[in-house]
Amino acid sequence: MKKFTLSSLLSQLLLLFFVVIWIIPTFGLFISSLRDKDLLAISGWWTSLKTTQINEIFRSEGNKEQFQENDLFLIKGNIFEDDSNKKIISYGVTSKNINEFDIEQVGVFKDGTKIQLFENGNYILTSSKEFKKKGKRIFVTSLSPPKFTLDNYREVLFNEGLGQAFINTLAVAIPSAIIPLVICSFFAYALTWMNFFGRDTLLALVIASLVVPLQMSLIPLLSIYNDIGSIMGVGAKSYPGVWMAHTGFGLASTTFLLRNFLKSLPKEMIEAAKVDGASHYDTFLRIILPLSIPAFASIFILQFLWVWNDLLVGLVFLDQVPSEIILSAKLRELLGSRGENWEILTTGAFISMTIPLLIFFSLQKYFIRGLVAGSVKG
Amino acid sequence: MLDISPLLYVCLGILFFLCYFHFSNFFLDKIDKKKGKIKSHNLNLRAFIFVAPALIVFLIFIIYPVLETFRLSFYDKYGRDFVGFNNYLWAFKDPELRRGLLNNLGWLVVVPTLSTAFGLIIANLADRIWWGTIAKSIIFMPMAISFVGAGVIWKFIYDYRGPGDAQIGLLNAIVVSFGYEPQAWITIPIWNNLFLMAIMIWIQTGLALVIFSAALRGIPKETLEAAKIDGASEFKTFTSIIVPYLGPTILVIWTIITIVVLKIFDIVLAMTNGQWQTEVLANLMFDWMFRGGGDSGRGSVLALFIMIGVIPIMALNIYKHKQEQKI
Repeated sequence: MKKFTLSSLLSQLLLLFFVVIWIIPTFGLFISSLRDKDLLAISGWWTSLKTTQINEIFRSEGNKEQFQENDLFLIKGNIFEDDSNKKIISYGVTSKNINEFDIEQVGVFKDGTKIQLFENGNYILTSSKEFKKKGKRIFVTSLSPPKFTLDNYREVLFNEGLGQAFINTLAVAIPSAIIPLVICSFFAYALTWMNFFGRDTLLALVIASLVVPLQMSLIPLLSIYNDIGSIMGVGAKSYPGVWMAHTGFGLASTTFLLRNFLKSLPKEMIEAAKVDGASHYDTFLRIILPLSIPAFASIFILQFLWVWNDLLVGLVFLDQVPSEIILSAKLRELLGSRGENWEILTTGAFISMTIPLLIFFSLQKYFIRGLVAGSVKG
Repeated sequence: MLDISPLLYVCLGILFFLCYFHFSNFFLDKIDKKKGKIKSHNLNLRAFIFVAPALIVFLIFIIYPVLETFRLSFYDKYGRDFVGFNNYLWAFKDPELRRGLLNNLGWLVVVPTLSTAFGLIIANLADRIWWGTIAKSIIFMPMAISFVGAGVIWKFIYDYRGPGDAQIGLLNAIVVSFGYEPQAWITIPIWNNLFLMAIMIWIQTGLALVIFSAALRGIPKETLEAAKIDGASEFKTFTSIIVPYLGPTILVIWTIITIVVLKIFDIVLAMTNGQWQTEVLANLMFDWMFRGGGDSGRGSVLALFIMIGVIPIMALNIYKHKQEQKI
């Protein structure tokens, strides 16, 4: 064990500082997604364990609920819709003085109506005249205890369309990760172990194409898709279209990584299989495939996450409609349309992060290997 | 209710490719067995079966688009009439594009430098502390998140409320607690770029950290011991042994992050959509793809600009990668 020194203490503090800065944004998002949406809108997430003071405006019941007692008209009710844990501390009857009365103290409206409001939200309105159809406005200051709920998740998943977007993203990401792996493994095998005309040129071309950013492909591909769509009389944007686009953009890097891996396998093994009369397909299935599982896993995770987190390809090659929109595009849309509804944004963002975080924590080894190798991804 | 039919297409899509490879090879095997001998002609056919799908995808999705983008950059917005170098002339004169270029340049200077620096410092700290692995995990975690997700996280941090209201954005809450006025951070030109870059640094530092910490393990223990015996301070050891030793790794990390930054798109789109002078090349390109019905000529020029930026760095990266393979 190292001895305790000042410099080691300083190192620990410095590292702690970095860790805190790095975790706080995500942590704040997570806490916020679990908070009651009314509280979230008026207080920072770091106060979520404290009691929050809220100012709200309520309207009492109108004359439908009124009843007569002696000569007086009365309305009884509760300003809170459901059983809330809020405790009222003061209230008012005009916007000019919202803290005019303490609870249970009798307040008087301009027209002479009297009100008595209790801590739990119960109120009694008393008037000598009949009430109007519309209820009275009551300004209430209350204390709300910390409140955590899963309502935001329910709301976002089923009412805001994030649930469907989640399924759509899976439908985009799974094939977009598997198809390149399948076709590139055969491709890389052929480039490594087969002798055919033009092999070296092809290999050089594939490696050279690593420098092509996917932006180069967007405009021509979009016009091809539009042409195909209009010839076939179908929409230009579809799932197969986006799978193939991702396959195309991942092809060079996947082939490059797989070839590097295959090249590291002992040549004698392939030769031996050949002598035994195995065809290339047999060799691929029985020898290469079992040995490649870890490499496949890394590349699969890399490509899957890349597609899961992609925004650009999803925006260009899919229609932005509920049945096709992917999570990141949906989230971006919500940023525009629901920019002030932080309960929706924080929850939505957290939902979009679930799968990547799950992979991150369960398959960290492959994940890191994949990402480090992915430096060649265009 | 949720519609799960997209997931059914998934199975069909994958099955299609598996069937192709299996049956084509299966039949070829049969034919070979009948003839009893593997002919070179069949070997070429076999190679064709192996290569064809990837080759077709490669030609359609990479080769053709590159040539076509190059061609379109000399044509008008519909891709019909030849306009010579007009699109390029426009590109050199357009003030919006100039700002985009400058912003991109700013990103290129700030993000790779700071990410690499933070990664190096944290890797060093974490290696010597018993809870370093956990720390590394936490700092690496943003790498898993999408840029848009990260955008939401940070937009929440930068959130702005009027001076009288309670701030729910962390940054403004801190500013207010020190007695200053809250600011709408992402709308302040020039500085807002830095706030967007912070997001990228937050993400990419993890990548630098992981690569550095693997490289640190490669430094011979004896060298470090010797430095200790000679009485070198930890800082001195860091600057004169560790940093020089990690030189090549620093270069690799710097190139990787530079390429990511050159193509930066999602963060800007999600945070500002290029407003308040935050536009970058990729966003301008996306804009021109659809603005006014789309202008394929200008869009193509922008795509070419991005590629010209990427080529030298990617080439260096691939070259390094190949060299490492040789060792």
